[in-house]
Amino acid sequence: MSLSRAFFAIIRRDLVLALRRRSEIANPLLFFILVITLFPLGIGAQPNLLQAIAPGIIWVSALLAAMLSLDSLFRSDFDDGSLEQILLSSHPASLLVLGKIIAHWLVTGLPLLLISPLLAIFLGMPTHSLGILLLTLLLGTPVLSLIGAIGVALTVGLRRGGMILSLLVLPLYVPVLIFASNAVEMAGSGLPVNAQVNILISILLMTLVLAPWPTAAALKMSIN
Amino acid sequence: MSMQEFFHMGGYALYVWPSYGLTLIVLLANIIIPVMQRKQFFAKALKKKR
Amino acid sequence: MFLVPDPVVRFFHRMASPPHFYAFTERLMPWLVVIFLLLTAAGLYGGLYLAPADYQQGDSYRIIYIHVPSAWMSLFIYVVMAIAGAIGLVWRIKLAEIVAISSAPIGASFTFIALFTGSLWGKPMWGTWWVWDARLTSELILLFLYMGVIGLYGAIDDKRVASKAVAILALVGVVNIPIIHYSVEWWNTLHQGPTVTKMDKPSIHVSMLIPLLLMALSFNVYYLIALIQRVRIELLQRERSSQWVKNKVLEVKQ
Repeated sequence: MSLSRAFFAIIRRDLVLALRRRSEIANPLLFFILVITLFPLGIGAQPNLLQAIAPGIIWVSALLAAMLSLDSLFRSDFDDGSLEQILLSSHPASLLVLGKIIAHWLVTGLPLLLISPLLAIFLGMPTHSLGILLLTLLLGTPVLSLIGAIGVALTVGLRRGGMILSLLVLPLYVPVLIFASNAVEMAGSGLPVNAQVNILISILLMTLVLAPWPTAAALKMSIN
Repeated sequence: MSMQEFFHMGGYALYVWPSYGLTLIVLLANIIIPVMQRKQFFAKALKKKR
Repeated sequence: MFLVPDPVVRFFHRMASPPHFYAFTERLMPWLVVIFLLLTAAGLYGGLYLAPADYQQGDSYRIIYIHVPSAWMSLFIYVVMAIAGAIGLVWRIKLAEIVAISSAPIGASFTFIALFTGSLWGKPMWGTWWVWDARLTSELILLFLYMGVIGLYGAIDDKRVASKAVAILALVGVVNIPIIHYSVEWWNTLHQGPTVTKMDKPSIHVSMLIPLLLMALSFNVYYLIALIQRVRIELLQRERSSQWVKNKVLEVKQ
């Protein structure tokens, strides 16, 4: 099998598997919606207040939802041994792992992006910043999946990897959080956000190229 | 400068000395812990020998 | 290994062997302690006694003699940890793996000291214990990164595997630290409140600079001492069934 066929076969396989276990898609998404609903209840529903902190709330919730979804990335393949076969195949492991991450983003990251306009309206965000919100989520959530993959790869073999995973991954999410939520905030006040968007693009490209390597290395370490 | 003046730190004694005190405690702990562990290791190894 | 003189190469080869390392550091230790004590005494005498009070901050600035070197060390040790981890990964040198993981608690300690003393310094300067200042925030995130390394090492039972995991994590962290640092700095300039006065000192008088550098040197020597102590116990535990450790035990007995 050629490399590109293997790459797309992995994506297709993971998508089919994910559609069979729909709760894996639904859980992070419901979590995302729930957390955002809790904020007005916790801090009061003054429109000015909500509008001011909406970008931060949405992005922090997206971070947490992305982290929550990470466990499903390698879990079932690790348990049934198919991960070992993927890593032992003749193709470069980092590229096949990248295929898995892309499939995972399609089923967990993309739904967040699609539901976010609704939540933005809940929080009274100005409509002209919706486009930027979507753009930052489109650029930022793949980074969350890519960086998160390193964390799960390191902890997939552990019985209680969940707590340690958040400690490994969340500090690395800081730059995405800062640039993305700030871009949305600035867009809300009608300011240009080219700098933030450019930085997010470069972060995405960098993690896209670099993150699969340590992920594959960590997975090889974990299956031993 | 008298001793008292030195310890008074121009009115900032409450900030300066706790900083130095905590640093001393943390740095000492980082030496004492491995040294104690080594003592324990040897004590255990000797016990096994007997 | 071209361009490196042969004795140097041989020295490193010997150092990579645990019994040699153990014996060499045992002989080295008293010297390191003496150097450390001399440097610290000189640094503290210069910093706490000789250097004049700052014309703006009074005597409270004297916290920098531990705050700033600790902040430097916290970053430096993370880099050392990543490099040692990489060496351990690539050449599978056991000693490098142990140096990497043994550095983590020391680096975390320095990060904690930098945070704590920064907070104690900030109280008289800013009027509050905590300000989301760029440097303090970066240090806080660095502390989380250290805790991740320590937690991951503790969570994996097989210590050879754990060392590999730590090396990978440290390398990922070291690539991210400049990005995190830059993003926090950028965030800070946008959100900085009007009451915050910068701690930056554009120019520092020589009488203040010399003790600061002495303290930085003394902290480096301290790191070496603490590192050696941790590496030695780690070596003993990992190689407890080897002959040289058994000999060491007999030596202690006498």
